[in-house]
Amino acid sequence: MATDADVLVVGGGSTGTGIARDLAMRGLDVTLVEKGNLTHGTTGRMHGLLHSGGRYAVSDQASAEECIEENRVLRDIASHCVEMTGGQFVQLEGDSDDYFEEKLEGCRDCGIPAEELTAREAREQEPYLTEDVKRAISVPDGAIDPFRLCVANAADAEMHGARIETHAEVTDVLVEGSDVTGVEVRHASGPGKRDHAKPGTTEEIRAEYVVNATGAWAGQLGDMAGVDVEVRPSKGAMVVMNCRQVDTVINHCRPKGDADIIVPHETTAILGTTDEEVDDPENYPEEGWEVDMMIDELSNLVPILRDSRTIRSFWGVRPLYEPPGTGTTDPTDITRDFFLLDHEERDDLGGMASIVGGKFTTYRMMAEQISDHVCDKLGVRATCHTADEPLPGSHDFTLLHDYMEEFGLRSPIGRRSVQRLGSRAEGVLTSTDPNPVICECEAVTRAEIQDAIEGAGTDLNSVRIRTRASMGNCQGGICCQRMASELHPEYDEPTARDALDELFQERWKGERHGLWGEQLSQAALNYALHATTMNRDGDTENIDFAAFDGGNRGD
Amino acid sequence: MAIEDDVVVVGGGIAGMATALSAAREGAQVRLLSHKESTLRHASGLIDVLGYADGLVADPFEAISGLPEEHPYRTVGEEGIRDGLDLLDSVTDYAGGHTDRNALVPTFGGRIKPTARYPKTSASGLASDDRDSLLVGFETVVDFDAPLAAERLSADVPFDARGVTVAFLGDFRTDARITRLAHALDENERIERTRNGISTSLPARTALAERVKPHLGDAERVGFPAMLGEERPGEVIASLEAELGADVFEVPMGPPSLPGMRLETAFHDALKDEGVRTTSGNPVVDFEGGDELEAVVVERNGAEIPFYGDQFVLATGGLVGKGIDSTRERVSEPIFDCHVPAPEDRYDWSDPEAFGEHSFARFGVETDDELRVLDADGEPEFDNLRAAGGVLGGYDFAAEKSGSGVSLSTGVVAGRIASEQVNVNP
Repeated sequence: MATDADVLVVGGGSTGTGIARDLAMRGLDVTLVEKGNLTHGTTGRMHGLLHSGGRYAVSDQASAEECIEENRVLRDIASHCVEMTGGQFVQLEGDSDDYFEEKLEGCRDCGIPAEELTAREAREQEPYLTEDVKRAISVPDGAIDPFRLCVANAADAEMHGARIETHAEVTDVLVEGSDVTGVEVRHASGPGKRDHAKPGTTEEIRAEYVVNATGAWAGQLGDMAGVDVEVRPSKGAMVVMNCRQVDTVINHCRPKGDADIIVPHETTAILGTTDEEVDDPENYPEEGWEVDMMIDELSNLVPILRDSRTIRSFWGVRPLYEPPGTGTTDPTDITRDFFLLDHEERDDLGGMASIVGGKFTTYRMMAEQISDHVCDKLGVRATCHTADEPLPGSHDFTLLHDYMEEFGLRSPIGRRSVQRLGSRAEGVLTSTDPNPVICECEAVTRAEIQDAIEGAGTDLNSVRIRTRASMGNCQGGICCQRMASELHPEYDEPTARDALDELFQERWKGERHGLWGEQLSQAALNYALHATTMNRDGDTENIDFAAFDGGNRGD
Repeated sequence: MAIEDDVVVVGGGIAGMATALSAAREGAQVRLLSHKESTLRHASGLIDVLGYADGLVADPFEAISGLPEEHPYRTVGEEGIRDGLDLLDSVTDYAGGHTDRNALVPTFGGRIKPTARYPKTSASGLASDDRDSLLVGFETVVDFDAPLAAERLSADVPFDARGVTVAFLGDFRTDARITRLAHALDENERIERTRNGISTSLPARTALAERVKPHLGDAERVGFPAMLGEERPGEVIASLEAELGADVFEVPMGPPSLPGMRLETAFHDALKDEGVRTTSGNPVVDFEGGDELEAVVVERNGAEIPFYGDQFVLATGGLVGKGIDSTRERVSEPIFDCHVPAPEDRYDWSDPEAFGEHSFARFGVETDDELRVLDADGEPEFDNLRAAGGVLGGYDFAAEKSGSGVSLSTGVVAGRIASEQVNVNP
């Protein structure tokens, strides 16, 4: 059986969902397929920085200008995904004065509001900064939730008629003659929402045009179509701290280097990052020294990091690309620009384009340009509205309500729900009664979990990224089980159990990199709670019950 | 004048309390130092001795000889374990003492687990009993989803289990703590109820039974999450049984665990009866002494207060209780810096699988056959320092289901030897 779409977008990251939204809003019939959950690839593995452009203000001014422009757009259309923390570029004693001046001037050249702070002013704003601060530049950096943003893009695309299929891996690109005519996908369970217990199916989806928005995986999709797309995946390590040691984005003001940024993100601070080319975007070493370096280097900026609690680490892969023949050896020198590879022009293969490179902050601008290209190819005349129309959740999000009384919740819980849900808060929070707290670390209630299950089916990792449940200090030790319970009775017990096992294992995997001190103690507690109290690890099948204590009625 | 006792026990969990009781009953003057809330509020309150060795264990005593050499049970032997259980039985009214065999108790995840002793409040719920069961959960008690647990349970057990979720009683907040709800049952608070516009009030236990009754069907026993009273669970259960005409039991839960807290209370009462002096709320941060330990130092409001003793027992717990600590580079015992063996690479401390063979689960100090703590060369760190419970290495209490058993048995033995040493060197 085959289904048809005008445009098929492969990849459920920021670029893919951004394109799907853009094209759907322009009236095209769009299908998006993603092999994991939304943000499964690179988008879900970034540090959550909404660039002011300051970072590129010396090395790449064109990018810097794009960043500040999109920074303003996203504050407007995605207000419930953005926290305008502000940022500092911090100069330490011994760092280059020339570079500091260049950075300040560069920001001003690019239209980035930038202000010089004395050491005292910088430390007044961020008291945990080292006393070695010489001065700093204040810029409008922010924090952005990539999960929430992608989900909102996908939801809005759906509202405009698009079909969004997660857990649908492309197994083949269909080519007839010299044209791409669609793809074959394998659904992890079946089409629609994920259901762990169901066996998978395959489906052919035909489309007039295919957009390869798979980022670091673009080469693999290119192979299926018989074209070469030479992305250069580069890994970056990030370390998640248990609380916000800083409330503004802290950048080390130096030309370039690993481990030079701290991004306050929701209840945590994220330390980043490294930049190292890898062969395979899926399989690469995740090493302890990278975690150590992040803590050691950034402790020079914020000394309390040295003894703070690390809750987990993760690695992301940048989809870097440079045109053939450029020959850059150091991945940090590869441009962050994006490239649209029209395979008709480039490889005589019609009906498909690949998008590579680019930055998260400018995803919408990229999506607009790509959508223009697709419309051009299809002879569609329609204009882009994505810069003006707020995303779902960011409509009329002007006031932060205090929902304590309305929902019988203590005030910080209500406040955090409203921050996450934005203008959707009222609708979601009134949908479930009673609405107890499921995840205490991140203050997530049943209503939010149920709302996420409605969107994600049994994929609890997808519920997690929509709500932040299981992402706090206990890393799901307490709430994974509760989240899985919320699947029942809509889904049966084996399905809920599989979903729980998958989430618990996913949490465990990232936690291992930070297992010492407080977090090792937490991990030991989680292990004990699940293995001892619940006996989730022990075999309980085919028991000879007569061999055991029969209780006060037996024996 | 110095603060001086015969035996000083550091740590207020099961191991520390068992040690203190044992030493006191052997005639020593005992001081128990505890820092924070014990990990008992995180534990189920069940007393596991050995649930899994090479597979599920029906009789723990038969399986002990197969354990590896470094296992604490090999040090204290079958007799030590029996002494530990006897001590427990003298402190609590737990069930299970009528047989050496393990009982299978349903837990809040809907799985059964093997355990040696269980609170009487859980006794009617055993899985080897084939009466049909109804599990009852509450809408706002999110740890226990009764219909889901019943479905899970039914796959393993020889009886029919059904589950139902009901609203808790009265006008409690949606996020009211379990302890608050338990208190309402303890006190049998009167609950306001409006039906057809008419307001009445009922005692909490009656109101709860009325809510459950329509769901009872053929079930001969009814399981609730372990929150049937903080202090008087027996009374609450008896009231519910009378109203329902069925046996009632508690399903052990995670934190905050009321059975764990009740167990702690029972031990505290026993300690008081034995004249054990308890000092709690502040950490032990240092010690005095050379080959022989003379005092441990407690920090209180910035002051350092030495507690002198003749014999000392370390019962500070494992990684969860913070008796074992770690940095990126090493694993340590924070008070005396006793030797704790661990792999050099921290990635070898854990397994990639969540329930894999975790090295961290076995972290702890090594001891000789008298439970004296050993240094890296296998020599006693101090002549008069012993260890008991979670701070001991060489066993994985979570995988084995052996936590309380090891704490009780090593506590009893360490306490007894310490007391004997006092008598030897008065």
